[in-house]
Amino acid sequence: MRKNLNVIAAYSIMMGLIILVGIFQSWNIALSIFNLCLISAVMTMGANIQWGYAGLINFGIMGFTALGGLAAVLISVNPVKEAWSAGGSNILLSLFLIIGIVIAVRFVLKKYQKSKIRTYVIALIIISGIIIIRLVSQPGIEAIEEVNPARTGFLGGLGLPIIFSWIAGAFFAGGLAFIIGKVALGLRADYLAIATLLISEIVIAIIKHEDWLTRGVKNVIGLKRPAPYEVNLQETEWFINLVEKFNSGKLALISDLSERQAVLNQFVIEGSSIFVKLCYSGLFLVVVIILLILTQKALYSPWGRMMRAIRDNEEAANAMGKNVVKQHLLIFVLGSAIVGIAGAMLVTQDGLFTPGSYRPLRYTFLIWVMVIVGGSGNNFGAILGGFVVWFLWIEAAPIGLYLVNLTTAGLDDTHFLKVHLIESVPYFRFLMMGVGLLLIMRYRPKGILPEKIEIK
Amino acid sequence: MDFVNALILLLNYIFVPALAYGSQLAIGAIFVTLIYGILRFANFATGDMMSFGTMVAILFTWYFQSVGLSLGFLPTALLAIPFAILFMGLYMLIIDKLVFKYYRLNKSPPVQLAMVSIGVMFVTQAVVRIIIGPSDRRFFDGEKFLIRANEFKDMTGLNEGLAIKSTQVITIVVTIILVSTLFWFLNKTKTGKSMRAYSDNEDLALLSGIDPKKIVMITWMIAAILATVGGVLYGLDKSFKPFTYFNNMLPIFAAAIVGGIGNPFGAFLGGYVIAFSEIFLTYAYKKFFMYVLPESMEPDGLIQLLSTDYKFAVSFSILVIVLLYRPSGIFKGKIL
Repeated sequence: MRKNLNVIAAYSIMMGLIILVGIFQSWNIALSIFNLCLISAVMTMGANIQWGYAGLINFGIMGFTALGGLAAVLISVNPVKEAWSAGGSNILLSLFLIIGIVIAVRFVLKKYQKSKIRTYVIALIIISGIIIIRLVSQPGIEAIEEVNPARTGFLGGLGLPIIFSWIAGAFFAGGLAFIIGKVALGLRADYLAIATLLISEIVIAIIKHEDWLTRGVKNVIGLKRPAPYEVNLQETEWFINLVEKFNSGKLALISDLSERQAVLNQFVIEGSSIFVKLCYSGLFLVVVIILLILTQKALYSPWGRMMRAIRDNEEAANAMGKNVVKQHLLIFVLGSAIVGIAGAMLVTQDGLFTPGSYRPLRYTFLIWVMVIVGGSGNNFGAILGGFVVWFLWIEAAPIGLYLVNLTTAGLDDTHFLKVHLIESVPYFRFLMMGVGLLLIMRYRPKGILPEKIEIK
Repeated sequence: MDFVNALILLLNYIFVPALAYGSQLAIGAIFVTLIYGILRFANFATGDMMSFGTMVAILFTWYFQSVGLSLGFLPTALLAIPFAILFMGLYMLIIDKLVFKYYRLNKSPPVQLAMVSIGVMFVTQAVVRIIIGPSDRRFFDGEKFLIRANEFKDMTGLNEGLAIKSTQVITIVVTIILVSTLFWFLNKTKTGKSMRAYSDNEDLALLSGIDPKKIVMITWMIAAILATVGGVLYGLDKSFKPFTYFNNMLPIFAAAIVGGIGNPFGAFLGGYVIAFSEIFLTYAYKKFFMYVLPESMEPDGLIQLLSTDYKFAVSFSILVIVLLYRPSGIFKGKIL
């Protein structure tokens, strides 16, 4: 118990802060912060098993998040039948062609020995394949994008419940990670960082501009929900009764009947959105707990020990007969798959997929700040990092406003400096993140909850 | 005649813009490569440092404009550059003293320094946005075009016009002057040689009496010059927006690595490789073929290899390919 005291203390403080937001701002805000904290925690867990367990830098978090989001769209949206009949066959044909090219290249690679001619043949296969695919897919893509472009203009998805997309998101992201890992894991640490950063930009570019698949920057809105809709809840008997029971103390004070009804309505509207958010919190909490159990188990298993050995001394682990390349690839895929789950969860919560909103600062660097601040190598630390950093990211503006008002209290309200500072309050979050990261790296390089490995 | 028209077309839409864009990237890439070679870390704050330098230059430009100082047909910003460099140098030295020095003295692994540079990136970004705001700003003044498309058509009697913006010429001229001075400095002067020695083999350099403090300080000063000039040139040619500058870090990194990181000359050429391939691959060649081919063979499509949306993706794909097949870069930098 004693050795876990700092973990418990840190988490209680964090929960206390969120509850304070609930009391002083509103429970709605507190819950939405809490939900995004949970999603961030899933992302940090993914980044943490790559960086903390294995020492791999993945600056492509944004790309995997976006792929998870894409999975949510492709799983949950109903298929667009007209689009399929207009251009579906062309797209399927191109898909087969891509598979064909891959098989052909693999065949050539296996069958013939390394030579100049082989390289040329492979280049020829790929280039001619790309030209054929473009010829085949172009009319299909144009036809699909012309089907009711204001509302659909894409192939749609499978029409399954959106919750399945969390698994699909993991597979999408894991699949991409497999390809990237095959290509880039041999690079030195900081080059892996740059390569993954750039590859994630390519992923975003494709998602943004392949309208037939994702609707691109036209966004997909109104996705299905795993939770009830507020509007429906507000008309349900049991929910109204529940709200009445909850607020019976406040309602009893009001004697006027019509006024009482109006107040109750207000409570029901507020309550419904809180209830929906609570549903999401429950779902996300389940994911976080499952992942936490799994990652903790893995950390203390022989496999976890091997990963740490590889991280701490690659050559030595290699000499002991551990397949470093294979293990790196495995953990890269696993970590990215977890990030993919988080991406699907994020889109599920928002109910919309906006490819334009994926930016490296928010989805890559911020997650890294979370990992470093929380404590790399420690799952509890990673989750805490997700909570602390996201909380500060949201609450930075109010805190900044307070500080600005405090420091410029002596100035007139119309003084240009004060007006300017108040206008730029939103950017204090960057300052806070940067300074926080620098301070942690300098004075507590292992994070708030440092990695503690005990032999059990 | 058609052939000349086709050539002018390519010159106007591909060659001149790519040359200017490439120069801007090249300066940034030399900045990255110098920091990497001498201070030994990948600087993720590159784009934001450039935007900081540009911001200072813009503030000076506004001041000069308000007191009525100008360079006639040249943009006032050129006058502001030296002052901005001084500021930027100061900023770099402060950051180095507060942040990077500690890790350098502790001999931290490069990954840790790269992580720290992300902290610097956040702080710099915040400072820029708090001071000047996140919006798009144009600070160009003076003569806009050196040759206008219409003038060119009248002059030569061709169908295609060639427009050369003065900012493009300024970019290219300034780049040539800056880069040749830099190479002269690195290759011919004693300080420059000691910098290269330090980059090649730190221990040996220290052993032969090279003062590491001096080397680091000079590196930051050169970095300040490169960041400010590169940023201002880009801002003059396009416009200044903190977010675009942050994004520009990506092609700049690509250029530095393609050229062979740690090798300034490679970085310089890498900038052009990236810029030309971006523009070559995303240009629609329809009009070009209309001039070159006989009328019966006129193409119906745009004849575009890739849509312009994938402009960024091109440079990153080049980078990935280079990393795979020639990890030390085209021009032999450090082996990664």
